[in-house]
Amino acid sequence: MYAFAYQRPTTVRQVQSALGKHEDAKILAGGQTLLPTMKQRLASPSAVIDLGHVAGLSGIEKKGRNIVIGAMARHAEVATSEVVREAIPALAALAGGIGDPAVRNRGTIGGSVANNDPSADYPAALLALGATIVTNKRKIAADDFFQGMFTTALEEGEIITKVSFPVPAKAAYVKFPNPASRYAMVGVFVSKKGSDVKVAVTGASNEGVFRAAGLEAALKGKFNPKAVEGVAVDGSNFIADIHGSADYRANLVSVMTKRAVTKALGK
Amino acid sequence: MISVSMTVNGKAVSAKIDPRTLLVQFLRENLLLTGTHVGCDTSQCGACVVHVDGKAIKSCTTLAATCDGASVVTIEGLAHDGVLHPMQEAFRENHGLQCGFCTPGMIMSAIDIVNRKGHDLDEHTIREELEGNICRCTGYHNIVKSVAAGAHAMAGSK
Repeated sequence: MYAFAYQRPTTVRQVQSALGKHEDAKILAGGQTLLPTMKQRLASPSAVIDLGHVAGLSGIEKKGRNIVIGAMARHAEVATSEVVREAIPALAALAGGIGDPAVRNRGTIGGSVANNDPSADYPAALLALGATIVTNKRKIAADDFFQGMFTTALEEGEIITKVSFPVPAKAAYVKFPNPASRYAMVGVFVSKKGSDVKVAVTGASNEGVFRAAGLEAALKGKFNPKAVEGVAVDGSNFIADIHGSADYRANLVSVMTKRAVTKALGK
Repeated sequence: MISVSMTVNGKAVSAKIDPRTLLVQFLRENLLLTGTHVGCDTSQCGACVVHVDGKAIKSCTTLAATCDGASVVTIEGLAHDGVLHPMQEAFRENHGLQCGFCTPGMIMSAIDIVNRKGHDLDEHTIREELEGNICRCTGYHNIVKSVAAGAHAMAGSK
């Protein structure tokens, strides 16, 4: 790891001003992606701004019909939160399946969302649940937030403070983990609220997380695993590597969607 | 250089360190607590697991600076007055190790599992929960047995 200046602000305003002072500063939330990246010298920020002591970024609460999760909430907290488990059990289960127990004790929802790794689990949940990302400057709909692999709508000096999830009627997340890395080769989050159905796919595309319009249309007709059969999944821009071809991943999208719908129906 | 202060195995420690010092480096090189191991150095293997404020974390993927003010427990902090912690004793009794390299991390993770999931652990739970700890000798069979036995023993030792 290359040398950097370490900053430990206590307010979001101080974070913003620290970001303004250092060129190439990076925000450190749980560090479970940033630190490995820095150790491999794939990132060499001039300054690391630690969010660990910043007030107002923690906590999980139910606000009206939404579950609001602080950006610094660890995966383990979301996984075990009574509030989340009761309102959106699929989200708690997703958080409980990220990495391993020690990683879940450090990794945060804000960090995962801001990083937008193409194989990360959380982005699929945000898209499929129609979540809103709250920053120090504005509120951003998940559909506008994720803009391709490792790319988001966040601007310079903009910090995620919380994520707000509308409570769905039914939801489930199913992933096919890579047998070695355990990252999702394909992960599918489905949700249903009234007549609206959303299907978000992570792990598969070179463009990062995306909503599968064809699958959504089919499932709006009938929210049933059978509805997925015969729906073509366009894998032309899917990831192809030693773990699986683009076609293989396209097929996985169908299979994971069927499983997720079955799970969402409680079967 | 920045200053950090924390409690390690019940003792207050402070030092001036380079901000890029990882917690595992701080433990091993500053405090000479070499029981915490560096296996893969990429947060896969779990040989570096320690407890920070009561929770298992990978010390190779944590900056020492972020643990300022925290309470850290390492494998060296488990035995008291020459008596092994019940989980350590269970690993010895059940031959839960061969070369022993992964053992400190296994034991720290195992205690964390008991703290979260209680004393009655089935094999499936233990195997799932040990996802972040890799052993390259034993094939896990005796490790799983050790964790189950240690979990029971910890109930008795309370």
